[in-house]
Amino acid sequence: MTHYIIRRFLLLVPTLFGITLLTFLLIRLSPTNAALIKGGGGEGGGKAMTAEQREQIVKFYGLDKPPLVAYGNWVGKAMRGDLGNSFADHRPVADKILERLPLTISITGSALILSYFLAIPLGVIAAIKRGQVVDRTISFVVFVLYSIPSFAAALLLILFVAGGDYLNLLPMYGINSINASEMSLFPWLWDRILHMILPVVCLTYASLASISRYARVSMLEALSQDFVRTARAKGLRERVVILRHALRNALIPLITIFALELPVLIGGAIIIESIFTLPGMGQLMFQSLDSWDEPVIMGITVLAAVVTLLSYLVADILYVIVDPRISYE
Amino acid sequence: MTMPLLQVENLGIHFGPTVDPVKAVDGISFSMQAGETLAVVGESGSGKSVTALALTRLLASPPARYVSGSIAFEGRDVLQLREGELRSLRGKQIAYIFQEPGSSLNPVFTIGYQIREAIELHRPEVRDVTAEIVHALDTVGIRNPASRLGDYPHQLSGGMQQRVMIAMALACQPKLLVADEPTTALDVTIQKQIMDLLKDLKRTSNMSILLITHNFGLVAGFADRVVVMFRGKIVETGPTAQVLQNPQHPYTKALIECVPKLGQKQHRLKVIDYAGIQ
Repeated sequence: MTHYIIRRFLLLVPTLFGITLLTFLLIRLSPTNAALIKGGGGEGGGKAMTAEQREQIVKFYGLDKPPLVAYGNWVGKAMRGDLGNSFADHRPVADKILERLPLTISITGSALILSYFLAIPLGVIAAIKRGQVVDRTISFVVFVLYSIPSFAAALLLILFVAGGDYLNLLPMYGINSINASEMSLFPWLWDRILHMILPVVCLTYASLASISRYARVSMLEALSQDFVRTARAKGLRERVVILRHALRNALIPLITIFALELPVLIGGAIIIESIFTLPGMGQLMFQSLDSWDEPVIMGITVLAAVVTLLSYLVADILYVIVDPRISYE
Repeated sequence: MTMPLLQVENLGIHFGPTVDPVKAVDGISFSMQAGETLAVVGESGSGKSVTALALTRLLASPPARYVSGSIAFEGRDVLQLREGELRSLRGKQIAYIFQEPGSSLNPVFTIGYQIREAIELHRPEVRDVTAEIVHALDTVGIRNPASRLGDYPHQLSGGMQQRVMIAMALACQPKLLVADEPTTALDVTIQKQIMDLLKDLKRTSNMSILLITHNFGLVAGFADRVVVMFRGKIVETGPTAQVLQNPQHPYTKALIECVPKLGQKQHRLKVIDYAGIQ
């Protein structure tokens, strides 16, 4: 097992190289760059720079170097823990990401936990009541949810429950009220929770929809197994048969979904944080893409890639814990 | 005459549409005395496994429909029992072993735990449950039972898995053991071991055994009486020796002839000629 984990860690290295190289080349080989965007003019409006000024910026940021050489430089620095400085405000990329990370973790983490906590019971109920009204209702609602893109849901929610045009139940943007700094701990916490509700709902519902479908299939599969009949033949209560004997087996495939769901959530955070103007990593990514802020884009890509790859590793380790048949010896 | 342990009267179980249903079990009647061993023989789809599962209503309804008859176990009709009463019947009075020991045991729990579950459920008076589990494993011929408690099913061979299933079934000292094709998934030498084990257990306890099989070869020397099922109906019944030596129904004759015999030259295995059977 230790061997396996070490080997998997070593395998992270080439994978990370691949991901960063691809991202870097996509940024560099695109027809635009930070200098053109900063230079203004065109659709962005503002006063256009002279060609000379633009040339200076290109030189300053090293945008004139061949892409592979530039990538080599970036890797060299990154390996020493230096992700470079942002083109936008010249602050270190690592600082910019780290100060925004807690918010993104709290939002995506809440969404992930919430979607699992709701999806598994929903899937189990749908599986037990297979083909009945309950199952069909759950299936229908879940498919509808799954089909609505999160940005559309976010805008509709803002319109109906936050904007004041219809209802004014929840704040429509930001992570705190303006006067948050004057609040004592509990009002502040409550204010924070109110602000988080809509973004978390938007991130949760789609994951919830897909995980509950997987949970239903997985549970149906488990319920059809011979050992469930054995458990019933023993005289166990139906609740014990389902929650202990079937569910324990049904959870195993859902571990993979956890690893698949994490990158989806990170992607979702980019859109949702931008819509709700939450100062998280997702919003930073969106802004950086907008201004072609190469070091920040690279930094966030690395972080997202590491998190994703680690979640796969965690999933593989969890397998060994929950399924005694699997071992990596 | 004493009350039979099990009395099945005119049992009918249907599947599928109410109009023109699949009559899996079509009005069968048989009975078993305490301590008796009965074999129900028939091919796939003859309704024998459905009958076995119906004895404790393990067939979910729907899709199965219990359309007629009664199943009296010690005088109480299983078909009328409430859910809670059924649970105290299952495992405690009537225990099962199934065809595929590998999939019949839960892969994520240790064998010790799975046997413990049964004992704690039906015999709350047992103080030292672990000792009881070890005893049960010892009874079915598992060597070093104390060291196997933490094993998961996949760590055991098929024969050992079936022994664990038997140990689990016997742990609650049931009055009736239903063995539904207990050796079909095992190879021939293991088949013999398991059948010998069942014979031993039959001798040492007063438990009744209902053996469900398609193989007449297992019946001789094991069962006291035989019931032959064909297409949901009982076509022949009688003491084992009588049925084997002097089968009356053409289907019974055909089934007996299907068992290949050692030393007999055959180019092809016998198959059943359904044209001659009504």
